[in-house]
Amino acid sequence: MEATIALAGNPNSGKTTLFNALTGARQHIGNYPGVTVEKKEGTYINKNNKFHVVDLPGTYSLTAYSLEEVVARDYILNEKPNMVVNIVDASNLERNLYLTLQFMEMGVPVCISLNMMDVAENRGIGIDTGRLAELMGVPVIPTVARRGEGKQALMEAVAAGIEKNAYSGPLCISYGEDIDRALDEMETILQDSPLEDERYPRRWLAMKYLENDEKITALGSRKAPAVSESLAKIARRVEAHLQSTLGVNAEAVIADYRYGYIRSVMKKGVLTERPNLDRLFMSDRIDKVVTNRFFGPLIMVGVLLTLYHFTFTYSGIPVGWVEGLFGWLGETADGLLPEGLLKSLVISGMIDGVGGVMGFVPLIMFMFLGISILEDSGYLARVAFMLDRVFRVFGLHGSSVMAFIVSGGIAGGCAVPGVMATRTLKSPRERLATLLTVPFMNCGAKLPVFALLVAAFFPKNEALMMFIITLIAWTGALLVARLLRSTAIRGESTPFVMELPPYRLPTFKGLTIHTWERTWQYIKKAGTVILTVSVILWAMMTFPGLSDDQRARYTNQRSDILNSASPAVQAELQHMEESVALSPAAIEVRDALLAVDGEEAEAGLRNSVAGRIGGVLEPISRLAGFDWRTNIALVGGFAAKEVVVSTLGTAYSLGEVDPEETGSLAGRLAAAPGWSPAVAFALIIFTIFYAPCFVSVVCIAREAGSWKWGVFSMVFNTVLAFMLAAIAFQVGRGLGF
Amino acid sequence: MAQLNLRQMKKNQSGTISAVRAAGELGRRIRDMGIVSGTQIKIQGRAPLYDPVALRLSGYTLTLRNREADYIEVEVDD
Repeated sequence: MEATIALAGNPNSGKTTLFNALTGARQHIGNYPGVTVEKKEGTYINKNNKFHVVDLPGTYSLTAYSLEEVVARDYILNEKPNMVVNIVDASNLERNLYLTLQFMEMGVPVCISLNMMDVAENRGIGIDTGRLAELMGVPVIPTVARRGEGKQALMEAVAAGIEKNAYSGPLCISYGEDIDRALDEMETILQDSPLEDERYPRRWLAMKYLENDEKITALGSRKAPAVSESLAKIARRVEAHLQSTLGVNAEAVIADYRYGYIRSVMKKGVLTERPNLDRLFMSDRIDKVVTNRFFGPLIMVGVLLTLYHFTFTYSGIPVGWVEGLFGWLGETADGLLPEGLLKSLVISGMIDGVGGVMGFVPLIMFMFLGISILEDSGYLARVAFMLDRVFRVFGLHGSSVMAFIVSGGIAGGCAVPGVMATRTLKSPRERLATLLTVPFMNCGAKLPVFALLVAAFFPKNEALMMFIITLIAWTGALLVARLLRSTAIRGESTPFVMELPPYRLPTFKGLTIHTWERTWQYIKKAGTVILTVSVILWAMMTFPGLSDDQRARYTNQRSDILNSASPAVQAELQHMEESVALSPAAIEVRDALLAVDGEEAEAGLRNSVAGRIGGVLEPISRLAGFDWRTNIALVGGFAAKEVVVSTLGTAYSLGEVDPEETGSLAGRLAAAPGWSPAVAFALIIFTIFYAPCFVSVVCIAREAGSWKWGVFSMVFNTVLAFMLAAIAFQVGRGLGF
Repeated sequence: MAQLNLRQMKKNQSGTISAVRAAGELGRRIRDMGIVSGTQIKIQGRAPLYDPVALRLSGYTLTLRNREADYIEVEVDD
């Protein structure tokens, strides 16, 4: 037999653990059409049955408020899986069965996997599974998904249930006289009407009108406006009646009756031992310290610093390997390919571009591993709990903090994993505001730029300046978040209403799968786009290049220098080896040659598309004190922020400048005309706020689910950065800096 | 037995929910989490800045912002 089953259940009920236990490595991750909710699928085989297993997003309910709920509901209604395997947390029966009941109302065959039986027993909760199955009318199989216990029994019960095909239709319970009568009336209207649809049970459809479900009512008025209106009329009548007699709305009454039904089931001998509210469990004891008014914040700072160190220190080693690999590839290409455009394209355009992206991979893996540990253990929810009050002021959510820290809230992070870390945020508006503002944090790639400018113009106050820069980034990010939340992403804050899950030891399998799947998605999706953009940027900084005349002039200059040198020096330079020290005369000649190379590179860059853009923009950028050289460097910085430093090097005829070794460039800038502390400060401000590097933009577009937001982050950030930089420059100059 | 608004309850105080006045999305979310009349709760604690509040329900711990707690009336145990 081949069948499709859907795994559904509350968040933290062990659903993903069960999915991993069932499917192992045979998983496939995609997206539901048109939304960013992940769709996980896999296969489970027993005896002669093959199951296609779909892991639905974890939800508490099946209303249409959150994306996850809509996705889960639509899947069940439209795809009609052979069975819904509902994972129910045995230690939290009442709330979990609320979802079960809604599946049964929808009219799909359900099988309950009563999970975490071990936890329930520890908590002194006794459950008579036989009695529960009998009263609910569905199979109930006890499981402990963490240890894979009960998984075979569960799947045998599922197979037996599907084969028997004894399904008896949607569950029909009473919601009180007023609503029951209205439902009957509405069912009569629905019968044989254009809204009659075999996918939706009639009573369920009617109930959605009473619950004022936007999706269903909108669907109804599109398909059959007249029928829909008469249903809505009944719903309004009932609503008005309930409001005047009981002072509550229909939706609340329905929920009350559902809970009432569940409680009556529980009372009929399902719960053999009742949990005690006063008993302190392990989790509560940990929370007494971890969320304590005094120790809580201290521990949190410690944990966040540890995460940060873990991610950025330990990933350094594998990052080095990846960089070494691409360095080797570059050298090999250097040796194999003839001098010229193709070589430049392969090395500067492709290998450096893709290498730059792949360099992030170990970083992302470590970050996701760290965050998975915090998330799976339950600590992340505590962080959100403690910090919510602060972040709420700016229209964000307590969980936003993680993304800010990873992006460089403590200078030296990276916006790419930061943007991806917003996945832990469940509220859509807060999430979007977070992912659009995290790129303002001072990532590791911006640091060389700051280091260069601070060393050149503020040598006496380096530490203070770095602190001020961090402060500016945080203030800017939070204020922009506030601004976005009252303009582009306006809207009521999503209710906080959040579960504090019990602390649990993360499973190794869960962590590995979690970390790897995210990393792989990054490699796959980011890799393709980035290769393209990288080649485009390379072309912009290379073409059209110098004319033959100009090139000939530089070649002549070089041969003039070489010819005027003594034969001994010429011979020395021709057989130059790195290990042999040159004579002072030869060094002089070599430096003169390098200076010509530098001038040629500068002229080439000036003449390139990027250089021309830089020149055209100069009249405007002058407002912030930037000349064409700075403009090109900033265009280059779109590839990666540290490129600002190396491009400035080329623009100032120093040849390629290693971002780690900026001493000579700092000296050059400090002496160069047109530069002043005011210009440097304006450039610092601009670097903090302007368009994120393109890897981040790709990630923003992906995470926000639309390129619109990727483009927004480039345009909005650059405009904002320019305004701030111009103000900083004008004020700075006015003050005489 | 006294009626109190959830916001006014102190740490370790317990009681039974008597009314949930929230409508719309908030109301729905609160009910989805098992906060309906008749549910027994106990205040487990508050965040370091006094908001949000953590509630103990029979099976788990729930956190709410104070302004969300405003909609919930509780019959407090002595």
